[in-house]
Amino acid sequence: MKIASKTQSAVELVKTALEKAHQYQAEYNIFNWINDNAIQQAEQIDAKIAQGENPGRLAGVPYALKDNFLSPLGETTASAEILTGFTSPVTATAVKKLEAEGAILIGRTNLDAFAHGSSTENSYFGPTKNSKDTTRVAGGSSGGSAVAVALDIVEFATGTDTGGSIRQPASFNGVYGLKPTYGTISRYGVVAMASSTDCVGFFTKNSADLDLLMEITAGQDANDLTTLPDYYVTSKPQTVQKVGIIKDFDNDAVDPEIRQALAQKVEQLKAQGIEVIELEMPALKYALAAYYIIVPAEIASNLSRHDGIRYGFRSSESGDLVSLYNNTRGEGFMPENKRRIMIGNFVLSSGFYDAYYLKAAKARTLIINEYGKAFEQCDVILSPVSPNPSFTLGSKVNDPVAMYLEDVMSVPLNLAGLPGLSVPVGQTSAGLDLGLQIIGPRRSDRTIINFAKTLEEK
Amino acid sequence: MKYIPTIGIECHVQLCTKTKLFSEVDNDARQKSPNSCVSPVDYALPGMLPRLNQDAIKLAVRAGLALNAKINLESRFDRKHYFYPDLPKGYQITQLYHPIIGEGYIELPSGGKVRIEHAHLEEDAGKLSHEGNYSLVDLNRAGTPLVEIVSMPDMHSSTEAREYTKELWRVMTYAGVTYGDLYNGNMRFDVNISIAPEGSTELGKRTEIKNLNSFRSVERAVEYEIKRQTKLLEKGEKVIQETRGWSDATGETTAQRSKEAAQDYRYMPEPDIPPIRLTERDIIEQKGKSGFSVFITRTFLREIVPEDIVEVLLDYPKLGWKLMSINSDYAEQYRGGDEKGPSREQIPEIYSKLKKIANWFSSVLLAEENASLLNDELPSSQQLIDLVEMTEKNELSSTAAKEVFLKFFDPEMHYKDTRTIAKELGVIQENDLSALEAIVDTVLAKPETTKAQADFKAGQEKVLGFLVGQVMKESRGKANPSSVQEILRKKLS
Repeated sequence: MKIASKTQSAVELVKTALEKAHQYQAEYNIFNWINDNAIQQAEQIDAKIAQGENPGRLAGVPYALKDNFLSPLGETTASAEILTGFTSPVTATAVKKLEAEGAILIGRTNLDAFAHGSSTENSYFGPTKNSKDTTRVAGGSSGGSAVAVALDIVEFATGTDTGGSIRQPASFNGVYGLKPTYGTISRYGVVAMASSTDCVGFFTKNSADLDLLMEITAGQDANDLTTLPDYYVTSKPQTVQKVGIIKDFDNDAVDPEIRQALAQKVEQLKAQGIEVIELEMPALKYALAAYYIIVPAEIASNLSRHDGIRYGFRSSESGDLVSLYNNTRGEGFMPENKRRIMIGNFVLSSGFYDAYYLKAAKARTLIINEYGKAFEQCDVILSPVSPNPSFTLGSKVNDPVAMYLEDVMSVPLNLAGLPGLSVPVGQTSAGLDLGLQIIGPRRSDRTIINFAKTLEEK
Repeated sequence: MKYIPTIGIECHVQLCTKTKLFSEVDNDARQKSPNSCVSPVDYALPGMLPRLNQDAIKLAVRAGLALNAKINLESRFDRKHYFYPDLPKGYQITQLYHPIIGEGYIELPSGGKVRIEHAHLEEDAGKLSHEGNYSLVDLNRAGTPLVEIVSMPDMHSSTEAREYTKELWRVMTYAGVTYGDLYNGNMRFDVNISIAPEGSTELGKRTEIKNLNSFRSVERAVEYEIKRQTKLLEKGEKVIQETRGWSDATGETTAQRSKEAAQDYRYMPEPDIPPIRLTERDIIEQKGKSGFSVFITRTFLREIVPEDIVEVLLDYPKLGWKLMSINSDYAEQYRGGDEKGPSREQIPEIYSKLKKIANWFSSVLLAEENASLLNDELPSSQQLIDLVEMTEKNELSSTAAKEVFLKFFDPEMHYKDTRTIAKELGVIQENDLSALEAIVDTVLAKPETTKAQADFKAGQEKVLGFLVGQVMKESRGKANPSSVQEILRKKLS
C-alpha cells in the first residue's frame, strides 16, 4: 500500500501497527521501545481530518525510528548501554519534518550500538532477527527498521547509512532502502557515527514512498552546515540510457546467487533497450581499508562526548575523574564500539596520522574521482549491495574482519557521498531476500528512485 | 656566563560577539549564573552539530588586519582531543592546519617589532571549580570564540614581554574585537621561555607558563623563570621541557606537566564545518569597520602631548578617538568655506587647544578618584570645544575649567551646554575692570587688610598674594586673578 493512497483512519492504522509491533517483538526483537501512546496522536489526526484541517502528507501513517534519532518520545539509546536513561530535550530535524506531516511514531528500532556493525548483533538489547529466517541476522546497522518494514508493522522506517547500514539490511529483508546524497537530509539530532559519511535515509515497501519521504525531509538546515542547498524538490528524474556494472565486483568472493540475480537484471535491462557497460574501477579496492580508517577516526572523536558527566550512564564504580571516565566508557560501550574507538585513536595519534588518516583521505579522493569518470560513461551503476545474503546469527560476530568484508560493496559510495538505493530483486533458493543497489552521481536521488521502477518491470 | 632569554607568547583573545562561536546563546556571561548560557551544542548532547557565527569570522578578520597580517581566503577547522570535564565534546574545535590569520607583526612603542607566526579561531572551554572532594563544572564560557595569536620567539627580556602583551591588548581593543577585560579573562597569555649562552646559535630547552592574565604577571613570571633557568644551568643542571603554572601570591612558577606526559591531541579535520571561504571584498569591508589603530592614534597623540601622557591616554581607546574627532571638527572650523584644511600656521593653534582637552583627560578624568567616570559617556565635542574657548578668553580659571569638566559627567548636567553649566556653578570670571576696581576698593577698605597694605608698600611682595586672595573671596571666585593683581599694584603704588 502506498502511503499517499491510504484509505483507513489514523486510529485503525496505528492500532494495527501497535498490535503487530507487540506480536512480533518477542520473536524478532525489533524495537527498543514501543510508543503505546501513539493511539492518542492518531486520534488527534483523525479529529483534524474530521474538522477539515490539512492533516499533512503523512497523516496517520505509522512509522518507526531507528533508535539513534533524537526526540523526546522515548529514550534515545542508540542501542548502547552508555546512553541508557537518556531522554532528549531536542528533536532531530528529520523527525520534526515527518511529524509535521502527521506521521505517527510506533517505536524506536534496534541497531548495532552507535550503528557500529552490519548485523544488528552488536546491540546492548540483543540482535534483531531476519524477517525471513529467525536463525539469521537482520543485517545492520539499521536491522530493526528494515525488519519493521519487511514485517509490514509500519509503512516506513528511518535509518542511517554510514557504510551500508540502510542498503544492506534492506537487501537482507526484501525492502527498499535509500541512502541519499551526502548532505541531502539534515543530520541534526541524529547520534553521530562518522560525520563525513553519515546519511539519513528510509526503508519503504516501494519506490514512490521514498520519493514522497524525500520531498518531505530533504533540504538545507541551518543546524547542519554540511547540508546541501535544496535541490531534491526541484530536481527532475533523468532518463537512464546507460547502466554501468562494476567488473571488479564480479568475482568468486561474491555469492553465486547474487551474481546470477545481477546477470538476470542486466539481461532484463538490455531487453528494455538500455545499454549496459562494464566499468573498471580499480580504486574501489582501497575503499574498505580507507573506510575503516576514516570512519573509526571520526567515531573515536564523536564518541568522546560520552563521558558519564552530563547525561546517560555513569559507572557506579567511579572514584576520581580518571576512574569515572575509564569505568563509564569501559562498561558503557560495546566491544565493537571500543574496537573502533581504539582503531580511530590509533590512526589519529601523533606519528601515525600521515601514514593512516592522510593516506586514507587520499584514497578517498581517488575513489571520488573514479566514480566521476564512471559517470562520464554511464547514467547509473547497478551493483550488489553485499557479497552475501543474510548469514546465520553469531557466525561473524567474533570475526570483525569477516564482518567488515560484508561492507566491501556498500562503503565506496559513502566515501564519495553518492546516493544509493537498494531494491529487492528476488530470493535465493533458500528463500533469503536479495537486493541490488542503484548508484547515481551526487544529487541524482530522484533519478535512481525513478529508475527503480524500470528495474521492477519484468 | 651570560645567558640570553628567548620568549614567545601565545595569547587567547575572547571575541566580543553577541553569541557563541558555534551556538546561538549569549556570549557574555559576566553577570549570569553558572550554566545559564549553555545550548545543547555547547553541552555536547548527542547528535548536535556546530553552527558557525559569522560575526566571529568578521572579528577574526579585523584582528588579523590589526596584526598587519595576511588573511587567508580559505581556512578550516580541526578537532583537538582531550578528556576533561571543561570540554563537553571531548574535543576543542580549533584551526591547526589552515588558520584564518597568517603571518603578521606588532610594532612595540619602544621601537621593536614582534612577528606573529599565525593566529587562529577556536572555541573556549568551560570552567571548573574544585570544592573539597568534588568539582563543579560551569559551561557558560564553553564555546566563546577565541582568536589565539601565536608570536615568533622575538622577545628577549621580561620588559619586552610585558610591552608586547600590553601593546597586543591595545591593538585588539582598538580593533574592537574584544572587551579586553583582563580581570574576566578576556585575554590570557601562555609564555614560552628558554635561555641560551650568549653567542649560542641554538635555543635552550623551553618551558611554557600557562594562563597568565595580566601584563604584570607576564613580566614577573618571565623574570622568575629566567632566574630559575639561569640558576639551573649555572649549577650544571638541565632545564626540563614542561608546562609550568604561575602563582601571583608566591611569585613563583611550579611544574605542571612534562613533555613526556604531554597529551596526544589526535588532531583531525572537523568534518561538521565546511571550510571558511572569504573574498577580498569581505576583508575590505572589515578594514572599513576597524576604528583608528593604536599606531595611528599614538602618532596623532605624540603631536599633542608628551610621551608619558600619550601612553596613559592610549590605554583608553575612546579618549584618543575623541581627540581625533575633535581635531577634525577644528579642521572643519578653520577651513572656512574653501576646500583647504587649516594652514601650516593654524595647526599648532589647534594642537594647543587639543592639548588642553588631553590634559583634562589625563589629569582629571584619569585621576584615581574619578576612575568610575570612564565608564560613562564622554562629554560632547561641542562641550569640550566651548570649554577650551572659555578658558582661552579667561572666562574660566583652570580650576573652574576642571570643575565644569567634571560636571559634564553629572547626570543632572551632562546635557547642558558649557556656558550654562559654568553659569550655574557661578565660576565665570569677572573681567569687567570697573566692577573689579569696585571690589578691590571694598577689600582695601576693610580693616583686616590695613596691615597687609602697609607691608606691601614697605616692599613685602609676598603679601600681594594675600590681598589677591581676599579680593577673590569677595568676588566669590569670579574675579580674574591677574586683573586683580594689576589693579592692586596700581592702587598701592
